[in-house]
This record gives sequence, structure tokens and C-alpha cells, in this order.
Amino acid sequence: MRTLTEDQVEIGSVLPELSIDLTPTVVVSTALATMDFTPVHHDVGIARAQGSKDIFLNILTTMGLVERYVTDWAGPGAVIRRINVKLGVPAYAGDRLSFNGTIVSREAAEFTVEVRGKVSLGDHATGTITLTFPEAS
Amino acid sequence: MTEPAPMTEPAPMTEPAPTTAPAAGPGSALDRELHELADKQVALGEMRGSPSVNPVNEPMIRHWLDAMGDTNPAYLDQGVAPPAMIQVWTMPGLRRDVKERSPVDDMIARLTDTGFTGVVATNCEQTYHRPARLGERLTPATRFSGLVGPKQTALGEGYFATWNVTWYGDGDDPVAEMMFRILKFRPRQRASEKAPEKAPERQEPKQPYPLRPAVNEDTAFFWEGVRKGELRIQRCSDCGELRHPPGPVCPSCRSANRTHIVSSGEGVVYSYVVHHHPPVPGRETPFVVAVVELPEGVRIVGNIVDCPTDAVGIGMSLRATYRAMDDELILPMWAPRET
Repeated sequence: MRTLTEDQVEIGSVLPELSIDLTPTVVVSTALATMDFTPVHHDVGIARAQGSKDIFLNILTTMGLVERYVTDWAGPGAVIRRINVKLGVPAYAGDRLSFNGTIVSREAAEFTVEVRGKVSLGDHATGTITLTFPEAS
Repeated sequence: MTEPAPMTEPAPMTEPAPTTAPAAGPGSALDRELHELADKQVALGEMRGSPSVNPVNEPMIRHWLDAMGDTNPAYLDQGVAPPAMIQVWTMPGLRRDVKERSPVDDMIARLTDTGFTGVVATNCEQTYHRPARLGERLTPATRFSGLVGPKQTALGEGYFATWNVTWYGDGDDPVAEMMFRILKFRPRQRASEKAPEKAPERQEPKQPYPLRPAVNEDTAFFWEGVRKGELRIQRCSDCGELRHPPGPVCPSCRSANRTHIVSSGEGVVYSYVVHHHPPVPGRETPFVVAVVELPEGVRIVGNIVDCPTDAVGIGMSLRATYRAMDDELILPMWAPRET
């Protein structure tokens, strides 16, 4: 499996977009896989009664998808050191979550990627991921 | 103690504040009381919970990777958990009744009792010191780190509450830590009204984007396509020539019969400018305006987004993306395409 090495990454590198169709199955299966049984993530009746449009992604999943977005691109050799996310609008079932990212800085071996996850209502999550890459062989 | 129940509700709860809610406001008796409680909770320091019920294990990792659509083989190859899975190990699950209390719970309960019933999470920051290894049990430790407020937010008056969780591994060394912040607020609206759907920082209703496209009989098909995420190009029904921008008559055979095709949504930069000045209503400078050449053979003008302006160049591969400018208008734009 392809993995990026340090020398293949530079500031300004743009990550390919990842777009995820947020079916109810995605919302529910990720909520349960993250052990989050809060009803607004699987029970549409309760979600609507609380003023939400539909069930929506839980935060543990947002963190997981941000991580996946970056490692999908970086490959299995990358090591994630930090994920800082500012939470925005909810990501409802039926919407589409699209991630974009750019490498913005490097400090010693640690690279920082700025990530933005958008849904139709606006930014669902914005933030940075810091990671290291294997050295060039 | 485990960390508090996850605040996973980005959509605000909408129970109206009790009408008897005491007056808040900076310096009020309630405000002083809340800050005193906050200081007390901060002074409690880090309170440890019980070790996780499940050790870090392969089935839960595989289930999580599957649900996330994450195909990274590194974790199971190396016998470690994905870093972003850290909080999963100590989630209370359905065993809510046996949930242990942390210094955070009393603070949240008091805010709720005093009318700050709404909650939205605003920040989640995780630092991973080392991977969690198969077989180890993680022990969470929670400290309340501070209360800021009252602040007037678009959701209503509220307090930002922040706490930190550190997960310790089998060797009692910190594996990972998390900073988590929520806004507890007094909802402005009655429960019967539509809940605001946005996070506090961007709560204002989206300002109408000031620059509207001219939509007429010739161009309506194009904008209908944009709303569906399609880039439609007008085509002469007689000679088949594509043309853009759309118009009433084919410049090639002068036929007024027209239809359209849906383009692939790919293109390359034919030419571009970086606009720095003057300011444009509704836009932040600098931005890129490009002439994009489509493989179908026509050129189209549009903005290039998701790319530093100095990274744009002639010949760059692009793909169409559709951006909601306000609650009604979607504009087609262009983003770099990885090859």
C-alpha cells in the first residue's frame, strides 16, 4: 500500500477531496462503533423532537473521519499526533460531508494539515491534524 | 470516574429556559455562584475513573474501521488502536445508570438547573502521546478546567465550560489527552419554534450573498443543474455544437433549438487572475477567477477554491464543486483535482 514519505510532502500540498454520503446507515453504524448510544444519533423521532432536522453524526465519528481523511492520503506509514477540531453545523443524515485539506506548516518532523469538513449547511468541522511521515528510504 | 457523558449534540436542545430562571448577567448573584462552583470544581483537580471495561481489542477496532470506511492496515498490522478511537474505550455505553461522576457533572447540572439548558459542543482537541496497544485497559482521568461567561451568543446567553481528559495506559503513562469545550446556553426560542441549526460562532442567519446571477429562459437550465450538482453545457439540437455561456441562438448554425449535456465536471486552468483589490461585496480577497477549459470543448469562468492562490497555475487540473453562498444560491466553483 502506498505511503507518503517526508520528502514527498511539502507545505501547500493539497489533499484530494473526500466526500462521504451520510446515509442513515453511516450515521447509525458509526455512532454504535464509537459506543455512543445517545438517541439523537440513531432515533430520528427523538432527534426531531429535540429540534434537529434528522439524526446526525456524533463527535467521536467526526474525529474518526478527520483522521481517516488524512491517513487515506498519507498512507499507513503516517502517525497521527494531534487532532484539533472546531465544531460547526450538524452533519445530518441525508447530507454529504466533503473534506478538503492543505499542508500548512512543518515543525521538525511534524507536519500540520488544515482540514475542513463541509456539509450543505456550512462547515461541520474545521481544524488541524498534526502527523509525521516515514523518512525517505 | 469516567469522563462525563459525551456531549455529542451539535444541534442545540430546545427546552425553553424555566420562566423562574434567576437573573444571570456578569456580576449577578447567579454569575458569582456559577464561577464559585467552577473554581471549586477546578480545585478538585484530576479525578480518575475506573479502567475501561473492554481492553483495547481487535474486534472493536475492526468494527470501528469498518464503520468509518477506514482501510488503513497499519493499526491491526501493528496491534494498536487508531488514535482517534481513544474516547471509544471509555464510553459509558448503555450502562448509564452506573456512570461515575466527574468534576464536570456538577457544573453542568448546575448550569442546566439555572436555566442554561441548551448545549452545543464547540471544540474537541486530542493529542496522542503513543498508540494504545491491544490488550491494555485505559483509565480516564477528568479535570474541569474552567468556566468562561456569561457571553451573549447567537443561541442565547451562555457559559463555555472546558474540561480535559487524560487516558492512562497499563504502565500508568499518559496515552492520550483531550480538551473538550461546550457552550451551555439559555435558548432564546420556545420549543415550538424552529431550532437554530448552527454552532454559536456562526449562528447568524446566512447573509444573502449580494451578487446574484441573472437567471432567464436561456440560462435557467444551467442554474437548475447547479442546484443538482451538475455542470450543464448548452448544446445546439441541430448541429450539436456546445456553447457557453448559454444563449438563444447557435453561433455556428443559427438554430434556436437547444438542449444541454452534463459535463464531466473536470477542467483545466486556461487562464486566471488573483483578485486582491478592490473589495467585492460578499467575498474575501484575495480570490482566484479562472477561465476553465472543459474536456468537452468549451471554457467557463469560475472561482478556484480550496487552494492557496499562489498554487494556482495554467494547466492545473480542476474539478467542479458546488458552494452554498447563502440559503438559496449555490455557485459552481473549481477545486484542485489530484491526479
